[in-house]
Amino acid sequence: MASVTFQIWRTHASGGQLQEYKTEISEGMVVLDAVHQIQAEQANDMAVRWNCKAGKCGSCSAEINGHPKLMCMTRMSDMPQDKPITIHPMKAFPVIRDLVTDVSVNYRMKKKIKKFKPRPPDAPDGTWRMAQSDIDRIQEFRKCIECFLCQDVCHVLREHQLHEEFVGPRHMVYTAALEMHPLDVEDRREELKNTGGIGFCNITKCCTTVCPEHITITDNAIIPLKERVADRFYDPLMRLLHLFSKKKNNH
Amino acid sequence: MNHFGQTARKDLWWVRPLLVFIGLFSFIVYATWAAFQGEHYAVGPYISPFYSPEIFGNSPHSWFGPKPSWWPTVLGFSPALLILWAPGGMRFTCYYYRGAYYKSFWADPPACAVSEPRKTYRGENSLPLILQNAHRYFLYLAILFVIVLFYDAWKALWFTDPTTGQEHFGMGVGTIVLTLNATLLGGYTFGCHSFRHLVGGFKDQLSKSPVQRKVYTCASCLNKRHMNWAWCSLFGVAFADIYVRLCSMGIWTDWRIF
Repeated sequence: MASVTFQIWRTHASGGQLQEYKTEISEGMVVLDAVHQIQAEQANDMAVRWNCKAGKCGSCSAEINGHPKLMCMTRMSDMPQDKPITIHPMKAFPVIRDLVTDVSVNYRMKKKIKKFKPRPPDAPDGTWRMAQSDIDRIQEFRKCIECFLCQDVCHVLREHQLHEEFVGPRHMVYTAALEMHPLDVEDRREELKNTGGIGFCNITKCCTTVCPEHITITDNAIIPLKERVADRFYDPLMRLLHLFSKKKNNH
Repeated sequence: MNHFGQTARKDLWWVRPLLVFIGLFSFIVYATWAAFQGEHYAVGPYISPFYSPEIFGNSPHSWFGPKPSWWPTVLGFSPALLILWAPGGMRFTCYYYRGAYYKSFWADPPACAVSEPRKTYRGENSLPLILQNAHRYFLYLAILFVIVLFYDAWKALWFTDPTTGQEHFGMGVGTIVLTLNATLLGGYTFGCHSFRHLVGGFKDQLSKSPVQRKVYTCASCLNKRHMNWAWCSLFGVAFADIYVRLCSMGIWTDWRIF
């Protein structure tokens, strides 16, 4: 057992500030356990969003010592305990109370993305045939738990608050999963360029760094989408080839 | 209001962008100096990668002879100045380097979850950064350069006997340096995100094209370590120039293996 100091963001009527708490840490604890212990013993009114405690629901996103992380997946044994551990709510979103933020903008933006549009069925019974190797590519994107840590760390949203102009890494992953799907025939490139604001991404790879599901967001989702947008809008040679081939060039 | 550098991070977040800045800035300074020298870029069968292909120049490697008479004297001349814009453009528009120099040179952002010095942001949506989308055109040129550099590595296996004037097969340390340089540049170029897209990434059903799928898989494999290839090839190309330069100046002696 060791006593560890935490500085946790607490809101009040005129704003918020870091408040210090000390609690006993035992072997195997994660940061969320410590927060729950503080909540139970010292701050019954502290608001914290959580659900599965297994890194699968994406609820307990916060900034621990300035790093966007899931509290339930951050082991106390990995944290330096000689100095206070700070816990802030996600900076990119408005704070509702203490560590709880309003992430509803993400759901609103997601609704704007064109839905899955499959080609006509391959078989008379209304089913399709897909090669496993084709679906493997987008399988990575399906791991997303919508913790929105990538949205939080993205400087376009975090620093510049361009939530209405740029859909952010999470929705780039969502769009990539649809756009690269072997059955999908929808073309989302114009949407990506305009309402999606893909040009705002300047490839800092911070989203990839913080993803708790280790999705290679920048290299496998955003850059391939940037390349598809370049095919359509910035590459006259590709446009010419497309004109002659008369095919949708991503199928 | 946030101020520049504000963050709750407690680690040494500034070390990585600083190292990137030092690495890239040092390379730019050296490459610019080397490009303007216009001499000591070839020795024996070796030619510096900064000067290859030597379109016009005074070395035996020149494709079309010495500097053309119509070249304006006011501009100054170095064979490197005719070609370096192409690999320079490839690196400048490269997705890895973009992310790296936006952080290190422009603090946009200085590091993840660290505040920036500017409040406005346009990204790559408008001029001039929208031109980064021309990356694939620099890639086409870079592929030609890699082919030329492998040809240089092949030529570096043929040494002229000063007594008889006859060429014979051999290998020196310079041969290894030039071959390694071409290999590193190949790993960087063929792992490029645009290359990965153009060889198959644009398709959703690669299973129908087995050869294309294989090439895409290889490009993806190289792409996973694109940053490492980018840095190794950057140092590799600078070292190859230093090696040829110092051998040409007589400071280093090329050790012949056989």
